[in-house]
Order: sequence, then structure tokens, then C-alpha cells
Amino acid sequence: MIRFENVGLRYDMGPEVLRDLTFSIQRQSFQFLTGPSGAGKTSLLRMLFLALKPTRGLITVLGRDASTLTRADLPSIRRRIGVVFQDFRLLDHLTTYENVALPLRVRGKEESTYRQDVIELIKWVGLGERVDAPPVVLSGGEKQRAAIARALIDQPDILLADEPTGNVDPPLARRLLRLFMELNRTGTAVVIATHDLALMDQVEARRLILSDGRLDIYD
Amino acid sequence: MIEFGERIDEWRERLGLPRRKPRRTRPTPIVPPANVAGRALMTVIGIMTFLASLTLGAVTLVSDTAANWQSQIAREITVQIKPDEGLDMNAALQTVQMIALETRGVTGADALGDAATQRLLEPWLGEGLDLEELPVPRLVVIGIDERNPPDFEQLRTRLRTAVPAASLDDHRAWVSRLVSMAHATVLIGAAILTLVMIATVLTVVFATRGAMSGNRHIIEVLHFVGAKAGFIAGEFQRHFLKLGLAGAVIGGAAALIVFVAMGRWTQMNQATPEADQITALFGSFSIGWSGYAGVVIIVVTVAGLTAMTSRLTVKRQLAAIDMLSPVEG
Repeated sequence: MIRFENVGLRYDMGPEVLRDLTFSIQRQSFQFLTGPSGAGKTSLLRMLFLALKPTRGLITVLGRDASTLTRADLPSIRRRIGVVFQDFRLLDHLTTYENVALPLRVRGKEESTYRQDVIELIKWVGLGERVDAPPVVLSGGEKQRAAIARALIDQPDILLADEPTGNVDPPLARRLLRLFMELNRTGTAVVIATHDLALMDQVEARRLILSDGRLDIYD
Repeated sequence: MIEFGERIDEWRERLGLPRRKPRRTRPTPIVPPANVAGRALMTVIGIMTFLASLTLGAVTLVSDTAANWQSQIAREITVQIKPDEGLDMNAALQTVQMIALETRGVTGADALGDAATQRLLEPWLGEGLDLEELPVPRLVVIGIDERNPPDFEQLRTRLRTAVPAASLDDHRAWVSRLVSMAHATVLIGAAILTLVMIATVLTVVFATRGAMSGNRHIIEVLHFVGAKAGFIAGEFQRHFLKLGLAGAVIGGAAALIVFVAMGRWTQMNQATPEADQITALFGSFSIGWSGYAGVVIIVVTVAGLTAMTSRLTVKRQLAAIDMLSPVEG
């Protein structure tokens, strides 16, 4: 679904922070992206959802060569990729329900067609009691789950999550992990960027390990 | 929140009242409806629209008044007959009237009667003046067809021949001075209006961009959840059009209120020296339909400008987000 060939990235005139990345994310696969802090996990994730341009190499996303995409092509591709940001990026003036429903609302869907699905998903991530609460009154873990629900609401083909368990305690981290696995079973490819070794040890999954700008893959 | 709502429903049921209607009928706007930056922008827009409308109104007033002066003065000339030994004043007045009325381009010739002459001289000579006792010059006011004025030199010669004591004043010196003064005033007014309009445009553009900067995270989130550029720009444009329109309508209305109030004030105080002075300067203080239309145009332009700036800012911010993306080429 996503393919990188000899991809390299540098910021301005600095040294290459990512070098010769060659890998692919297969349909319905589940993988962790890990490495020490500052290894470039977030930069790699940004390239995966087309928010960062590689300085060299070829990226193919959902069968399209990323270098040939126009600005008008981006929304339709982004709609098939769900992203969970490290800092959640929920809109403070909207309720949990409205934040989760946002991707559907921007697609111009009628609220009556999705209201029930959104509420069910919010319950599924364990925020049933927080449907009408604005993000400011949610805890870190609740915001995390709201952000995950928003990424999942339109059943994306790929889910990219940046440190999704960074703000939660171990029991909740395990619960979130189970949630991602369940999602994976329903057909979504999942990439979780994390440096939480304990979390990764709980699942037999492919690991993409970044160190010194290079990527090692352990299947 | 839910528990509280349920408790209210429980109480309503116990009291035999119908259940509340479902809470949300309309979704919260994607762009937050009111914040400090938005209110500040609305105030700035209101003030700039007020100033621009006032300037426009003042320029309209001055140019209308100048045109009025010009046509009023060009519309009539006067013939003065000085008293002389053995001159039959009434016969002289009649002769002048007759000669004037025979001339092409003259629409009327009225000799100022005794009563009018007395009124004219009252400030200098007091009441109860007897014109028989005191020989004073008499005036004939001649109306002129502005589009087809008579030959003043020919008229002057004919009058001199018939009544040597008559002299014609065509106010030409006054007219040319007033015309140049009026032109200068209108030019200065137009220059000030241009500056105020430029200042308004720049202030509105920069204030809108300032208010937009606080919304960058909203644009980013919408972009990353797959919203099209047109959708995001449309949301912001609608929001800022409302803000701009509200501010501009308040500013424009305030300016109109000032003009109406000043007009009323001059009407009510017509006899006082202050009001006379203002009337002399600005006429009746009515800005007319062109003035009202100008204010409406300013209001619409300012609101449109606000919406357009927000749209362009969204597009620019989206381009900045995409600068990092592979589509940059």
C-alpha cells in the first residue's frame, strides 16, 4: 500500500537524517516503528502521510507515485490514511462527538447518516460518557482515545499512530494496543511509532527499527 | 453533563412536563464563532468603515455645496442704479427691466421693491427708513438661463446708453474664485478619501490576517483529516464575511447617524450663527443618494475584503503546509 525505495531526507543543507529507506507497508499488516528519541520516527511518519517531501528516492502511496501527485489529489488519498498525532490535535471548541465526526463532516456527509456510527465508535474506545465533553475537560488518555476514534471513523486503509501510548498508564496502553489489533483484524494496515519496548513485547509483530538514519526490519 | 441532563429529564417527568427537545439542532461551526481576535477585528472594521464613510460623506457634501454655490451665482446678475439729481428712479427701474427682458438668455428681471430694499439696508441704517428722503441705490435682479447666457457686454452697453446711472455686476470675479476654491476643496477631499480608503483596505487585510493566525491549527487539522482546500477556505470565508459585515454595518450606520443628526441639528437651529456658519459651509447637511450609495458600497467592499483576505490566507497557509509535502515538485 505504501512503498519506499531508496528514500533519503535532509533538512535544508544539513546532513541526511534518514538514508536509503527501502520498505513497504502491506495490506492488513501490523508493524511497530521504533528507535531512540530523535531517530526520525516522526519524520518518517510525516513522509508516510504525505506531509513531508523526501529529498531523494521514490515513494508510492496507494498505487500512486507521490512525486506526480497534485495538491488537488491529496485530500482523496489522505481520506484513506488515518493519522493519530502525538499531540492529538483535537479542536478545543468542538465536543468529543464533533471531533470524532470531523472527517465525515468535511466529506460533506449528512449528520443523520453517521451519528449512530460515531457514537458507537466513541463507546468502543471507552468514551461513552464523554460524548458531549470538550477536549479541555478530557484526560490525556481520553484525548488519545478521541484522537484514535477520529482517525478510525472513516475506516481507513492504513492507520499511522505516533506514540499513541505515550500519555497513558500501562493498563490503558495495553487496552489501546488491543484496540489497534482488533482494527487490524478488520482489514486496516497499522503502523505504530513508539519507543515503548514493553508494549512491543506484548505482540508478535514486524518491527521497523530506525537508528543512525537507517532502517532495519525484523519480520 | 449527561447525568445532569438526565436528572433534568427525570424532574420534568415527575412534574408532568414534556421531555426536553434533543439538545443539538445545529452542529458547532468548524471555525469558533467568537473570540478575542474576532471581536477586535470587528471593532477595527467598524472604526475604519465609520471613518471612511464620514470622509466620503464630507467629500460629497463639499462637492455638492460647491456645485450649488457655482450654479446659484451663475444664475443671476444684478443691475445697480445710483440715485442722481433729476433721475426718476421708478422710470429708470422700469427701463432697465424692459431692456433686460428684451435680451435673449434672460429669464426674468425683478426690481427690488421698497420693502425689500429697506430690509437689505436695515442692518446699516436701522428700521423705519424712508427711501424718499434718503437717496439710496436701487437693484434689479436679472435671472439668467444658465445653459444659454446673454452677451453681458452688449447688455451692459445698452443699459449704460439708456440709463447712465446703471451699472451691471455679473459676479464673474466671485464665480471664478468660488469655482477654483470649490475645485481645490473637492480635490483635497478626494485625496483624503483615497488615503482613508487605502488605510482601510490595509488595516482590514492585516487585522484579518492577524485574526486568522490563531486559527492555523484548525486549518492543519482539517487538512490532515482530508478536507479539500475549497471546503476549508469556504468555512473561513463564511465566518469572516459575517464578522466583516457586522463590523462594517455598525461603522457605516454610525456614520449615517452622525450625518442625519447633524442635518437635524442645523435644521432645528437655523437662526443661530453657529448653524448658519455650518449651513454656509456644508449646505443643508444632506449627503443625498450618492452619499448613501457610497456608504453602502464601502460597507459591502469592506465585508468582501475581509472574506477575500481570509480565503487567501487559508490558501497561503495550506500552500505552506504542502510546501513540505511531495507535491511541491
